Amino acid sequence: MSPTPSPPTTSACGTCALNNAANLRRLGVDPSGHDLVVALAGNPNTGKSTVFNALTGLRQHVGNWAGKTVDRAEGGFEYHERRYKLVDLPGTYSLLSTSEDEDIARDFLVFGRPDVTTVVVDATRLERDLNLVLQILQITTRVVVAVNLVDEARRHGITVDFRHLSRELGVPAVGMAARRGTGIEDLLDAVERVALSPTSFGGRRLIHRNRRLERAVSHLAERVARHVPGVTNPRWVALRLLEGDATLERAVAEGRLRELVADPAELRSETVPEEPDA
Amino acid sequence: MTRSPILDETDRLRAELPENFRDDIVESLYAEAARISATSLSHGERPARPTLDKLLDRILTHRVWGFLAMGALLFGVFWFTIAGAAVPSDLLSNLLVEHGHEQLNRLSRLLSLPDWMSGLLVDGVYLSTAWVVAVMLPPMAIFFPLFTILEDFGYLPRVAFNLDRLFAKAGAHGKQALTMMMGYGCNAAGVTATRIIDSPRERLIAVITNNFSICNGRWPVLILLGTVFLGQLAPPPLAAVVAAASVTTVAALGVLTALVVSWGLSRTVLRGATSVYSLELPPYRPPRIWRTLYTSLIDRTLKVLRRAVTMAAPAGAATWLISNITVADASLAAHLVDLLAPLGWLMGLNGIILLAYVVAIPANEIVVPTILMLTMTLGTNLFGAEQGVLLELGTAETATVLVQAGGWTLLTAVNLMLFTLLHNPCGTTILTIWHETRSATWTAVATLLPVGLGIVVTSLTAAVARWAGWG
Repeated sequence: MSPTPSPPTTSACGTCALNNAANLRRLGVDPSGHDLVVALAGNPNTGKSTVFNALTGLRQHVGNWAGKTVDRAEGGFEYHERRYKLVDLPGTYSLLSTSEDEDIARDFLVFGRPDVTTVVVDATRLERDLNLVLQILQITTRVVVAVNLVDEARRHGITVDFRHLSRELGVPAVGMAARRGTGIEDLLDAVERVALSPTSFGGRRLIHRNRRLERAVSHLAERVARHVPGVTNPRWVALRLLEGDATLERAVAEGRLRELVADPAELRSETVPEEPDA
Repeated sequence: MTRSPILDETDRLRAELPENFRDDIVESLYAEAARISATSLSHGERPARPTLDKLLDRILTHRVWGFLAMGALLFGVFWFTIAGAAVPSDLLSNLLVEHGHEQLNRLSRLLSLPDWMSGLLVDGVYLSTAWVVAVMLPPMAIFFPLFTILEDFGYLPRVAFNLDRLFAKAGAHGKQALTMMMGYGCNAAGVTATRIIDSPRERLIAVITNNFSICNGRWPVLILLGTVFLGQLAPPPLAAVVAAASVTTVAALGVLTALVVSWGLSRTVLRGATSVYSLELPPYRPPRIWRTLYTSLIDRTLKVLRRAVTMAAPAGAATWLISNITVADASLAAHLVDLLAPLGWLMGLNGIILLAYVVAIPANEIVVPTILMLTMTLGTNLFGAEQGVLLELGTAETATVLVQAGGWTLLTAVNLMLFTLLHNPCGTTILTIWHETRSATWTAVATLLPVGLGIVVTSLTAAVARWAGWG
């Protein structure tokens, strides 16, 4: 069962300028003693497992079809002397529905609170995949968008303006062709940047077109933000409460909302007691 | 009890919202995604999708041609496997079984090991392990890379697309075709993959019928049976073709059975509406040949082989033991075979085959070597075999042993192939089914239904064959 990690690169390779991921050390299945947690999310068949394998050196089975990974796979890598644990989530089209694979993905993003969430999207199906990116941005803004399969997109005559995409989404967007192993270094840089940033990125918040809904969400979000200082996604919490999310309702009633939804970096650096909710 | 002010506020705000506010959320999402995507992408002159992709899809997902292409591709893969594995199989068998066994025997005499110990270790454990390696390694080393290349290319979702219509008609979820594709690798993985099906009813159908996808462990058994029995019937140049056709037929029967059982379940105990879903056809991608070769050799071939070997060793020991422990004038094996003989006759098989299935419950891969070993022990002594010793035999000799010592006919071989398709899932899969359903009832159904079906089907073919005078 246990896949063998690839042999460690020798020192000569490590310093070679041609090695495009010279600072990457693949740790295989051993994420022990990690400093940071990176989640890998994305639509089915966008190449998440390929990215996962490229980063960890593992050889999780990769197949060209949707719905191949239904479980959570974990692995580790080291970059610039920091150890990362990488969690490969099942591919999902959205986080709205109720199937088990979507639940696994959403619960991990919300309650596992990874330091960085890398959303792998397919350059040839950007519009469809951005739906998921936008949904994830409502939960966390510690996001890197990895636009995969840029080589295939080029074959289809599509080019992506990454600067524009980054600006629109408010989080880094990098292009890659994971099957060929290109773009890994860019991805690692972006992941590191987001992971080490003390403040949250200004990810795009969804403005609801229905004005009554928008008013209700902003109003409730304000109350949530006041109630839980340091919450990064008050609008998402507000929306979930309006939708009747049982887990969050219970957390509010029991005064545990902060431990559920606050920014992991802030939780680590300080321990502000939560205002009792009476 | 005091309610939280935030929750009160939530309730108040929710009451003011229109009923379908969830739809509004989705609409806002889609509109935003469309806007960002449109402004971030620029399209060149070239068409959005290469014409080759379109042409391929037109053929591979065609109502008629799609199925023909599917059959042809599967047949091609099996033919290539069977034709290509013959020579390396003989080489390995020569090396491991003939020479290796002889050397080990010499060594055990040199160390003057007691008879029972050399019998158990050399004749029991070593021989069955060596046999499994010699017979299974070459076909797997050819079959798995070919299958993985098809998967990497993007063909499996097309198969699912072709089957989708049929599954919908059978009252099952279209995604079941995808979980079946996964089952062609490993049924345990296929059962886990049913998590992509939302409706519990349709998911159960998919779990129960996954066993009809022939898994890694059973492909080599079928390929072996097809080669040794059906292939031998044809003149030598056609042998591989006939063998490949027989395996393709069994695989097609598996799909048919899955459809029929799904239909039956969805009309009786698991009634309900069929859900709608969208199936995505990924673009064709040029397979990475070397990487595929490497991963399918390491991940699939060696994994399956390791499992077969770890199971073959204890099964070899068990076979040797039951053949050599004597109770009331006959070996334990002989008593058990007598006990199972009536049922075996009814199913057009025999007591030895059924006993081998009992011994090989943990892993189906080793059914054939166990059958051979038991046949040579209990049947007419042809090649001067000792008790419970698997002799060194080539493909042709294997057939001779089974026909002459075991009294096998064409019916036996055909029914054994059918029974390989239709019998209980392996131990790992049963555990996975329990884990996924958490229901003893459904685990029992998923385990017993295929065996029951196997007994009924083989009994029917046996009755028909005997009535027609073939048996």
